[in-house]
Amino acid sequence: MKIIVAIKQVPERDAPMRIAGKWIEEADLQFAMNEPDAYALEEALQLREKHGGEVAVVSVGPERAGATIREALAKGADRAIHIVCEDLAARDALGVARLLAAAIRPENPDLVLTGLQSEDLGLGQTGVIVAELLGLPHSTLILQVEKTGGGENRIRVKRELEAGWFQFIEMPTPAALTIQSGGNKLRYATLMGIKRAKTKEVRTLAAAELDAGGEPVVRLEQISLPKKQKSTQILPGTGKEAAAALVEKLKFEVRVL
Amino acid sequence: MSVLLVLEERDGRIGRISWEAYAAAQALGASANLPVTTVVIGANTQALAAEARAKHPGKVVRVEHALLAPYTADGYTIALEQLIRAESPEYVLFPHTYQVRDFAPALATRLGEVLIGDVVAIGDGPTFTRQLMQGRLNGAYRHIGSGPCLVSVQAGAFRAEPLAAAPDGDAAPVSVFTPQLEASQIRTRPGDPFRGAAQTVDLASAQLIVSVGRGIKEAENLPMVQELANALGAELAASRPICDNGWLPMERQVGSSGQSVAPRLYLAVGISGAIQHLVGMKGSQCIVAINKDPDAPIFEVADYGIVGDLFEVVPALTEAIKAARQ
Repeated sequence: MKIIVAIKQVPERDAPMRIAGKWIEEADLQFAMNEPDAYALEEALQLREKHGGEVAVVSVGPERAGATIREALAKGADRAIHIVCEDLAARDALGVARLLAAAIRPENPDLVLTGLQSEDLGLGQTGVIVAELLGLPHSTLILQVEKTGGGENRIRVKRELEAGWFQFIEMPTPAALTIQSGGNKLRYATLMGIKRAKTKEVRTLAAAELDAGGEPVVRLEQISLPKKQKSTQILPGTGKEAAAALVEKLKFEVRVL
Repeated sequence: MSVLLVLEERDGRIGRISWEAYAAAQALGASANLPVTTVVIGANTQALAAEARAKHPGKVVRVEHALLAPYTADGYTIALEQLIRAESPEYVLFPHTYQVRDFAPALATRLGEVLIGDVVAIGDGPTFTRQLMQGRLNGAYRHIGSGPCLVSVQAGAFRAEPLAAAPDGDAAPVSVFTPQLEASQIRTRPGDPFRGAAQTVDLASAQLIVSVGRGIKEAENLPMVQELANALGAELAASRPICDNGWLPMERQVGSSGQSVAPRLYLAVGISGAIQHLVGMKGSQCIVAINKDPDAPIFEVADYGIVGDLFEVVPALTEAIKAARQ
């Protein structure tokens, strides 16, 4: 099985939110692999362990995304494609998906996996758009992927529905899936993995060379800090003082004690 | 020209979130001076159309085909692309559900457009506000394409007004749209929905809930929070990452993929408050948040907050509650 996993580098959780123009101040930020994409990579690595084949990762992003690509290689991906793109923010979801599709198309993979959404923009669309651009059947919020028997090129996936419901879906390969978190346990990169990653192939493609075309149709105009929906009463002091103040509130105002 | 609203069926009826999206469609229609057309879709849409008609005096379209049940992304994408090309709406609105997330981005791609998804507010322009950075930032988006503008609306963001029944005489007709659809175009074969593990914990009826998130760091630290729940007489719940890690069973998960709760007290320990979590608990009567990050979105919905190290606050709180109970 040949599997391509699309991964994204995103700001780490709890990153400070200092607004600078149409985005937050990047100098403040540390970056990490988008966690849903880490689950997609994990699913791909486990499928390779079961059925053999190859796992390649692809990422669109500036130079710094190289660190996240190395992390994926250290976890066990065989090789990588880095679509170097310094103007990611100027592209809409379709624009980014076009770059990914242009890089994936010549690879002819059996499966294209990605996380269900990114932790920064949270669009939750890239995997589906890539599927559409590549003409592949797709499914979203997948927790588990298995090959069905009989030598046919078919898979059965477990899809999460809302409110604790699930369903199985069967489809032919090649296919594209967006992976929900929690289907597997994430692995850590081993020291050996980190060492090996240094010798693995990372092919770089310039976004401009991919000729992926198309002007954006949606534009982010402005960002702002959200307004509070409620006025939160912050209880100050040491842990002990704040706890005592909270007990008073629970007793006399919320009346649950 | 119109605002097309695609309603979604839930247990045989039009779901509540669809009526919230209807409120958004009405507001958008009023500001752009466009009529709203509601769309029901499926293999047998008569009852849904009647329900739509009862609340909506404007046009109702039944997109009906035997191959539209059960739901598949291929079936919905093909059928709605044909409808949109026939109707040429200015806007197409959807409720932001798992199902819409599954097909609407593909539908938008076929039209050369991009879905503006999970919208929480509509401003002048119009601009569409959606949350970024796990709810810690808002972004205002504008559609600049030449085709229809596709938008999905977040659950709970717009209020579903109680709608008066449309007077019979004035109502626009209900029409049927039959898409061209072949069985061979539907590439996926969906199975019947099933429940996960048997639910033995009914968080929805709990009066008091102590809920724990990523801030707890390790499974070994959970007993500390369990002890707080015990002292309060509360049920223990969690945000998704805790259940993903297998530290607590999935049935204790609160949020869009878990249970929705509205207890008298919801005490969130080390939960940052991503939207997927907030939608499952923001209806709670009193929300208390303990978190080290003062910018965590959980504080946007909290009544009381303690900004501090939960490893100090939680044991102190447990002791104080025990003392108060004596």
